Amino acid sequence: MAEAKDIQEEGQKLTPKDFVSGQDIRWCPGCGDYSILKQVQGLMPELGIPRENIVFISGIGCSSRFPYYMNTFGMHSIHGRATAIASGLKAARPDLSVWIITGDGDSLSIGGNHLIHLLRRNFDVNILLFNNQIYGLTKGQYSPTSELGKKTKSTPMGSIDHPFNPLALCMGAESTFVARSLDREPKHMREILMRAEQHKGTSLVEIYQNCNIFNDGAFSGFTDKQIKKEHSLYLEHGKPLVFGAKEDKGIILDGFQARVVDLTDGKYSKEDLWIHDEKDRNKANILTRFFDDPLNEDALPRPFGIFYQENRFCYENALMEQLDDVKEKKGEPDLDKLLAGSNTWEVK
Amino acid sequence: MTQVPKKLEKVTILFAGDSGDGIQLAGTQFTNNTALYGNDLSTFPDFPAEIRAPLGTIAGVSGFQIHFGSVDVYTPGDRCDVLVAMNAAALKKNLSRLKERGTIIVNTSGFDKRNLRLAGIEEGQNPLNNHSLEGYKVHEFDITKLTRESLKDYSLGTKDRDRCKNMFVLGFVYWMYNRSIDSSIDFLKMKFGSKQEILKANITVLKAGYHFADTYEAFSNRFEVKPAKLPDGSYRNIIGNQATALGLIAASHKSKLDLFYGGYPITPASDILHELAKHKNFGIKTFQAEDEIAGICSAIGASFGGNLAVTASSGPGIALKGEALGLAMMLEIPLVIVNVQRGGPSTGLPTKTEQADLLQAIYGRNGEAPIPVIAASSPSDCFTMAYEACRIAIEHMTPVFLLTDGYIANGAEPWRHPKSSDLANINVRFVKERAEDDEAYLPYKRDDKLVRSWAIPGTKGVEHRVGGLEKDKETGNVSYDPENHHQMVKIRAEKVDKIADYIPQQELDSGSENSNLLVVGWGSTYGAIKTVVRELAAEGVDVAHTHIKYIQPMPKNLGEILSKFDKILIPEMNNGQLIKLIRDQYLVDAKPLNKIKGVPFETREIKEAILNMLKQ
Repeated sequence: MAEAKDIQEEGQKLTPKDFVSGQDIRWCPGCGDYSILKQVQGLMPELGIPRENIVFISGIGCSSRFPYYMNTFGMHSIHGRATAIASGLKAARPDLSVWIITGDGDSLSIGGNHLIHLLRRNFDVNILLFNNQIYGLTKGQYSPTSELGKKTKSTPMGSIDHPFNPLALCMGAESTFVARSLDREPKHMREILMRAEQHKGTSLVEIYQNCNIFNDGAFSGFTDKQIKKEHSLYLEHGKPLVFGAKEDKGIILDGFQARVVDLTDGKYSKEDLWIHDEKDRNKANILTRFFDDPLNEDALPRPFGIFYQENRFCYENALMEQLDDVKEKKGEPDLDKLLAGSNTWEVK
Repeated sequence: MTQVPKKLEKVTILFAGDSGDGIQLAGTQFTNNTALYGNDLSTFPDFPAEIRAPLGTIAGVSGFQIHFGSVDVYTPGDRCDVLVAMNAAALKKNLSRLKERGTIIVNTSGFDKRNLRLAGIEEGQNPLNNHSLEGYKVHEFDITKLTRESLKDYSLGTKDRDRCKNMFVLGFVYWMYNRSIDSSIDFLKMKFGSKQEILKANITVLKAGYHFADTYEAFSNRFEVKPAKLPDGSYRNIIGNQATALGLIAASHKSKLDLFYGGYPITPASDILHELAKHKNFGIKTFQAEDEIAGICSAIGASFGGNLAVTASSGPGIALKGEALGLAMMLEIPLVIVNVQRGGPSTGLPTKTEQADLLQAIYGRNGEAPIPVIAASSPSDCFTMAYEACRIAIEHMTPVFLLTDGYIANGAEPWRHPKSSDLANINVRFVKERAEDDEAYLPYKRDDKLVRSWAIPGTKGVEHRVGGLEKDKETGNVSYDPENHHQMVKIRAEKVDKIADYIPQQELDSGSENSNLLVVGWGSTYGAIKTVVRELAAEGVDVAHTHIKYIQPMPKNLGEILSKFDKILIPEMNNGQLIKLIRDQYLVDAKPLNKIKGVPFETREIKEAILNMLKQ
């Protein structure tokens, strides 16, 4: 977002409060969305982007109310289409900082098509995908990320839909920035959001978000104090994959197979472990497949952090270059010439 | 052998052949030549639905009809004077469209056993030798063989040689109508400039066809259609979809707004995208989206960002855009939606024409969601109405539907093109920056036209949120208040109604208020109705014609005009749609004339309906 930043006026330091819109927040008390909103409002002043150059666009769902609460430009659009609307906005106005707020139903079900195409085109926008593994606004049906067997109002006998692995899907769609965080880890979320914003290209951040009304505790394996360290793996570029309450476990890569090893029995040390490399697509693909149910005995821990980051040209830049190229070759536009075309005749 | 050409007022030629025979190219070339020569003209290409339908079959026949004259021409002609049939299927499919004693030019190599079988003609029933063509002037020769002969010194393969046979026909027809072949030579040079062998071959065959006609003994008729007396000015030939694209570009240029086009390929609207993509030096951003919904949604995003945003499609695609249309209406941002109508319902008849999406445009959204609807009446009128769609969208902050259809979108006519200085101004008023101590910005506050203001991102102090939820009538914040919703629905309707103050008054196109029958048309039926009404006037029958271009809202004086006539006839290429709107809004007992055959009206069909109605 270099362009948007450049035009910030000197000495204009905003505070998180400047990003509060003043509309009453209508999420349920205790909803994970509050934490995300707070982190985003806290992050904004640090970006140094003038408020008027920031646009939040959402689709439909609980999370999609988000733009109403941000004192920036915003659009609460229609179900699944925020990604398509943002694509047009960014193509029209590459100078803006564009944020897409979406949920698991909005982006992976009704809007799945637009999501994958946005990712491959790599517009320089940020997507915050609030994943609560449930349809909240329609009062509790299973979503495309709900686990198999999930009992909801629409699946009283349990869901028979195999769920999406959202980050694996994004890798498959040629995403250039893939990350995951959680509502209960605000500090981590803030860091990831900052990195997402700094990434030139589409950044996709999946945020595990607790719906305390319809799917409470969906991510408790990664948020409960007693067990979360056993099931969560925090990724840091250049650092070995270590996890566990006492940092006593690690991941090694055995061929294409990731394996958990014990760091306390003397067989393995940190030097033997998989060193995280955000630029390595193959490893990122394997990491996104760390998707086991944490309750399973041999479950691999669930990774959080930045899985993958790649620098690739952005659609809007290529578009602008093409326009400049054509102008150079064809010269300044001449409407009269265009209207006349190449073959005219005079009637007198 | 030079002959003195026989003068004719009007001629209709139908070129027909296999879809791989280069019929469309020959037709377009003859059209451009005719336009440059100064005739008035109108064309109608008729494509098969399949890209490469089985060779030699009826389904694979491609046609191109051109009607040109030294007098005004408003339709591509009902029946043709000359039918060029490159094979048996082309003759079988189109013979009924040929006038009595009309001329047939036949490529005999397209009538061999195989071609006859593929055309579904029984053995021994070859029309070329069973006397069924008696009464027509038939000129048969083996165009394939003649083409190959004229290329015997070329190293081209048979396939490439045979591809040139459309040039033989074109050269032949040029001679028939006393034309110069130069415009086509220039065209070929442009098309094949880098492929010297193919370029030379095409020119050789074009000349061969021309000279063959000159020396062809049986062919003793040469004709001339003098240039038409059109109003003074500079003219060019224009195709409807091209005109639509130019109208959009002109509006972008005049309003100084960047043009953003988001769309998904669909017949017969794709040519708008193709044309726009050619002119990127005007700063046009064309975005081929992943689907129809993304097409319109990307345009909504661009409009929110301050661009002149456009999407185009045809019926099925417009259906997909419905929800987003509602959003655009709710956001009250400028957006132009072009529907190049085709035969429906569902996938329907993709390559055929129809006017059956009018009610979809007027009503096809959930809730009370009025959107202005305007319609173009001829290929060149697509320019005027595309420009108008942009003007209304920008000045009234609303999505606007522009309806055209396959007939005028693919048809061509001469166009007295305007200069950029002739075009009406389009006023864009972006909201200006506000300081902190200024009054708070109210995004849904309206002016006396009931139009809200356009505040685009990047403008300091006017940050605001919009969305599809009902909103407070001034702040735009979400509101579920019953009174507010009632008022907002009324305001949005009234805002569209008020556009009637900013569009031209309805006029009679021809005929007088003293006649007792009024023909009311909209869209592409214009040429056929006008031709009929003029013919009747020449025969002493006074009938009036008015053509509605602004359908929602209708011109303010339309009711007054309608009330002056005892009888009202509404011809439409659908099962009766405009008539529902007219009856609903004006309580008049209008009568329908419907044709739903995927092809435009023939003038005689309208004439017959008028005469019948006059008798009653």
